Amino acid sequence: MAPHPSQLKSASRTVHVRNLMRRFAAKTILNRVDLDIAEGEFVALLGRSGSGKSTFLKALAGLDHDVEGTGTLEAPENLSVVFQDARLLPWRTVIQNVTLGLQGAAGQEAGRKALAEVGLEGREAAWPNQLSGGEQQRVALARSLVRQPSLLLADEPFGALDALTRLKMHDLLRELCARHRPAVLLVTHDVDEAISLADRILVLDDGHLIENLRIDLPTPRDHGDPRFAKIRTQLLSRLGVETPGRRAA
Amino acid sequence: MATIWDADEVKSSRASGRESGYTLPAVARPVTARNRRRLGPGPAIPFGLQIGPALLVLLWVAGSAFGWIDPRILSAPWTVIEAFARLIEQGRLQDNFVTSATRALLGLSIGLVIGTILAVTAGLSRIGEALIDGPVQIKRAIPTLALIPLLILWFGIGEGMKVTTIALAVIIPIYIHTHNALRSIDSRYVELAETLRMSQKDFIFQVVLPGALPGFLLGLRFAVTLCWVSLVVVEQINATSGLGYMIELARNYGQTDVILVGLVVYVLLGLVSDGLVRLLERRVLSWRRTLAN
Repeated sequence: MAPHPSQLKSASRTVHVRNLMRRFAAKTILNRVDLDIAEGEFVALLGRSGSGKSTFLKALAGLDHDVEGTGTLEAPENLSVVFQDARLLPWRTVIQNVTLGLQGAAGQEAGRKALAEVGLEGREAAWPNQLSGGEQQRVALARSLVRQPSLLLADEPFGALDALTRLKMHDLLRELCARHRPAVLLVTHDVDEAISLADRILVLDDGHLIENLRIDLPTPRDHGDPRFAKIRTQLLSRLGVETPGRRAA
Repeated sequence: MATIWDADEVKSSRASGRESGYTLPAVARPVTARNRRRLGPGPAIPFGLQIGPALLVLLWVAGSAFGWIDPRILSAPWTVIEAFARLIEQGRLQDNFVTSATRALLGLSIGLVIGTILAVTAGLSRIGEALIDGPVQIKRAIPTLALIPLLILWFGIGEGMKVTTIALAVIIPIYIHTHNALRSIDSRYVELAETLRMSQKDFIFQVVLPGALPGFLLGLRFAVTLCWVSLVVVEQINATSGLGYMIELARNYGQTDVILVGLVVYVLLGLVSDGLVRLLERRVLSWRRTLAN
């Protein structure tokens, strides 16, 4: 079982959320959410659509300007967001997109290195719409990493990709996180994605965190592992999907 | 064309086959159920755009050659070419052209700068929008022609009035399209700029202005056309030089050939300037071209 959030020492935690409430036109989207994320910890947040996942991520990113809310929320200033769409500026080249807002030659050099890390060396001068969906999302990853974030927020980043590309992106993300060690909050509705990537999985339901599950499987994780299947069944039932005849893979 | 015919063939032969009970006769071409009635306009005709104008010129040449067209109504093409050569020889065409082009360019440049500044101010700040947008919309509702009497009172009948009229006309499309483009920048990009902690300056120069460039260029195309239109108006109402004046003078003397020379020059100016703006568009918006095209 995961340690209770309050057991984490404040020095080692990246995110600290207490009693977070968010309301939208009389509807409570987030209700008394508590969460701590340790340095370098990979947390996946699962939930059905409308459960408040994106609202929570926006709150952490500081993007919820006109939303009513209360509660304690501490997140590092130095955070990056990866959106579901790659969100590249079509009128800027790939390298310009990666180094957006960075200054000087150091920024350029870091941008080139980040592009090489995501396997897009040599595509610096390309326009975003010359790249495939997976490549665009890799540019978006490079743009996030080049800022050396201590917290990476990802809002269903692979949701728009095909299944094969998605698996490759999982490997890439795992590899990048192992190297840069940011704390990660990955919002997703893909249970397998969450299990194969995360150290800890949360389930959000109707504005409440109803599950906090530490995943102690060795990495890289085998989808056919019976423990994997057991966790999947457990999470799916928390998400309201009963799986009586589900293949144990 | 063939597709439509085939589809009809299938329908009619099936119907007749059913009624008469005979087996279907073999058709010359295999007709399959895959043939659907084509709803689009079909493939492009080579040189399709040139056919209409060429036909008109041909009618003009034939009409003049066979005496169907009274030269007092419309001069023959060769008379127009002669007039063209004569006007160049006398230096009148060049002089008037330079005068007109100077007015047009001056008016266009001034209108361009003012229109862009107004659009950017109104597009980037709510106060700017509150102060600027209303008056520009009101100006837009007034035909440029209707303003000329007032402008004559204010600026006299000299170059100032002409350039001002052109500039006032040009401001409108530049403002409307640039402002609209600025306001319709995708809010997702604004969100992105916020998460990247971009400075206000970077946000404007990396996100907002490049994003609004397609709108600005569209406005520019309208502005260039409008600038020639306003030029004609001011030159035919009150001028002692310029292409419009040349045409007006020719009307007084019944010289249809000179009138036609003036019109041809207007056509060339319009087409060339539109082509230039499109060339600029292609250069500046090269990011829009993908591998596919």
